[in-house]
Amino acid sequence: MSSENGKRLLETDAGGLNFEATELTLGLPGEPRVTSDGGAKLGSKRGFSETVDLKLGDNNREVKLGHSLQEAAKSPVSKTQVVGWPPVRGFAKRGKKSCKYVKVAVDGAPYLRKVDLEIYNSYQQLLTSLEDMFSCFTIRNYLNEKKIEQVNGIEYMPTYEDKDGDWMLVGDVPWQMFVESCKRLRLMKSSEAVGLGLTTGPKYSSTN
Amino acid sequence: MHKKMAFSFPDEVLEHVFSFIQSDKDRNAVSMVCKSWYEIERWCRRKVFVGNCYAVSPRMVIRRFPEFRSIELKGKPHFADFNLVPDGWGGYVFPWIAEMAGAYPWLEEIRLKRMVVTDESLELIAKSFKNFKVLVLSSCEGFSTDGLAAIAASCKNLKELDLRDCEVDDLSAHWLSHFPETYTSLVSLNISCLGSDEASFSALERLVHRCTNLKTLRLNRAVPLDKIANILRHAPQLVEFGTGTYTADVRPDVYSDLAGVLSSCKELKSLSGFWDVIPDYLPAIYPVCSKLTSLNLSYATIQSPDLIKLVSHCPNLQRLLVLDYIEDSGLEVLASSCKDLQELRVFPSDPFGAEPNVSLTEQGLVAVSLGCPKLQSVLYFCRRMSNEALVTIARSRPNFTRFRLCIIEPKTADYLTLEPLDVGFGAIVQYCKDLRRLSLSGLLTDRVFEYIGTYAKKLEMLSVAFAGDSDLGLHHVLSGCESLRKLEIRDCPFGDKALLANAAKLETMRSLWMSSCAVSFAACKLLGQKMPRLNVEVIDERGPPDSRPENCPVDKLYIYRSIAGPRFDMPPFVWTMDEDSGLRLS
Repeated sequence: MSSENGKRLLETDAGGLNFEATELTLGLPGEPRVTSDGGAKLGSKRGFSETVDLKLGDNNREVKLGHSLQEAAKSPVSKTQVVGWPPVRGFAKRGKKSCKYVKVAVDGAPYLRKVDLEIYNSYQQLLTSLEDMFSCFTIRNYLNEKKIEQVNGIEYMPTYEDKDGDWMLVGDVPWQMFVESCKRLRLMKSSEAVGLGLTTGPKYSSTN
Repeated sequence: MHKKMAFSFPDEVLEHVFSFIQSDKDRNAVSMVCKSWYEIERWCRRKVFVGNCYAVSPRMVIRRFPEFRSIELKGKPHFADFNLVPDGWGGYVFPWIAEMAGAYPWLEEIRLKRMVVTDESLELIAKSFKNFKVLVLSSCEGFSTDGLAAIAASCKNLKELDLRDCEVDDLSAHWLSHFPETYTSLVSLNISCLGSDEASFSALERLVHRCTNLKTLRLNRAVPLDKIANILRHAPQLVEFGTGTYTADVRPDVYSDLAGVLSSCKELKSLSGFWDVIPDYLPAIYPVCSKLTSLNLSYATIQSPDLIKLVSHCPNLQRLLVLDYIEDSGLEVLASSCKDLQELRVFPSDPFGAEPNVSLTEQGLVAVSLGCPKLQSVLYFCRRMSNEALVTIARSRPNFTRFRLCIIEPKTADYLTLEPLDVGFGAIVQYCKDLRRLSLSGLLTDRVFEYIGTYAKKLEMLSVAFAGDSDLGLHHVLSGCESLRKLEIRDCPFGDKALLANAAKLETMRSLWMSSCAVSFAACKLLGQKMPRLNVEVIDERGPPDSRPENCPVDKLYIYRSIAGPRFDMPPFVWTMDEDSGLRLS
């Protein structure tokens, strides 16, 4: 069902990077999110950019992104976005061309996760998946902030270590180049990222 | 007169008799007959199996068995395979190697599963055991090709190096060159998990050439198709072979080389690999198909017609691993061609897609169950199931020992009746009286657990996900399944009551895993307090469990029996509930 629209959206995603999309903000639990449910829909046919308006119940065939996607939009968390399900071995390279596992660290979290970069097609999918993975961690930080009424979560800058050992901001290079050169990921607190001179001016809009 | 009977056999005679008893279960039984048998048995046990590396300490094992030559250790819980156990949980082999290095210079075999193995560990193995012969690392991680180089360089008597499904830091393929030119004893080499863009083919070729006893060779994806012929030419005696990437530009010379060299391998019984298969090269293996007993096509992304052709050439197949591209039609052909089939695993080609991408349903499994009289082990991923199909399967194949069904969408009901699949799985446990392993899926109520508790008397391992209604479900299993050793549960509404009511049962099992269930921190503390021979580990990524109310459910719970007490190598997100935890109030 890969429509022309589907393809076009993918190009928008990879080429003229939507920089807002690369900024990781971990929001309130239960807050409706326009998710790309990248964690679940990993086939290349299903990528889309955050800029697409989801018209629920709309018969608009031009933006026909699949029945499953509409279902996902109805409930904030798609049924299929579950860690470790279905129980297929992570590093079983079945049906995939290759497999690229990198460790993901989050500032303040006492544990690491691993993600396979090959299952994503865009920064948006990756970041959405990371948000889901670390959402329980958000809760703790959120409570510490004592801002029950606020909408802001704590802002994290997604950074990565490349082949040369340098720490870069996620989103600087085209997606495929990123996949090839990324050795590991770190979600750094924005305040720290500033200190390391990693933030750049115009690319990242502040949400404070 | 009784005294005379006890000493009627000299120790040596008993030792000789015991040497015919290989299985651990039997050895354990022998050691419990009386004190003198315990003593004799412990001195002559040559193979030790430790199903949970934290159940006992290395020192305890060494103290009891002073003369073993082979050890097998398992570390992380099974759900670690699916990313449910956070990195750093544990399962480090180094302490074991360090203790054994001192105690057993004559150790020959080490087999590890789901353990963290560092280069330091591998180097210590290479240095410490002069007669080291067998290293099997299954689903292990933490080491690099540097560690492998150390093994290759030092272990002059190495016969087996098997890295199955390991995560290896691939620094360089040149580790293979560390096998000295004088080294010829290799019998089995499995490097299928290695990545390595540049592979040292010439070193591999030379190694294969000089190791004339090589029986098993499983290559990795980096080995291109045109190199296989050169490698195989030197090893016509191979019994098990795993290809590298099975794709290349279609060239007649490459094809004929490959076909020629494969047909000269008269002993081949098992094939695997087949990454990136293009169908044009498949017929090259037809000449060996009639002798094949094992075929692993789980990386082969080819469609049903090609799979059908291949499978119809293999009448002696006993074991088949394949992607769901085989479809129902392919499984029907399998059912009619392969009457010796004992084990079938069908993996999903698109596990995360919401819509089915292939025509594989419950019908395929029914066909194979009806058609293959020796089928006893199944792992099947599909998207729909019915009670009717499960009952048919159970009735026609009561000889199942392992039945693992994964309906991809959680809580999927019987597609014909929209009812839960309780009755279907109930039939499985009722008819398959020798069932040892079961994995459930689909929409299931407490009812299915009642069936399992009632009928599954030989069940040793049960995997449950998104099932059940209440604690009653868990209670049925814990109170009914007499042979249960391992229970792993995720996303089920099981809480404190069933767990606490069956606390004693947990000491008869190896381990219990529960994640995203409803067990409270208070219950965990109580369990840890009351059951000193259980390690009750709370794994919680949200921070210390006592920073939340006691009745809050814990994220993950891992309970296992142990005579070694709580472990001390835990990361910050794991807490052991011990006898003192009741005293520390939050």
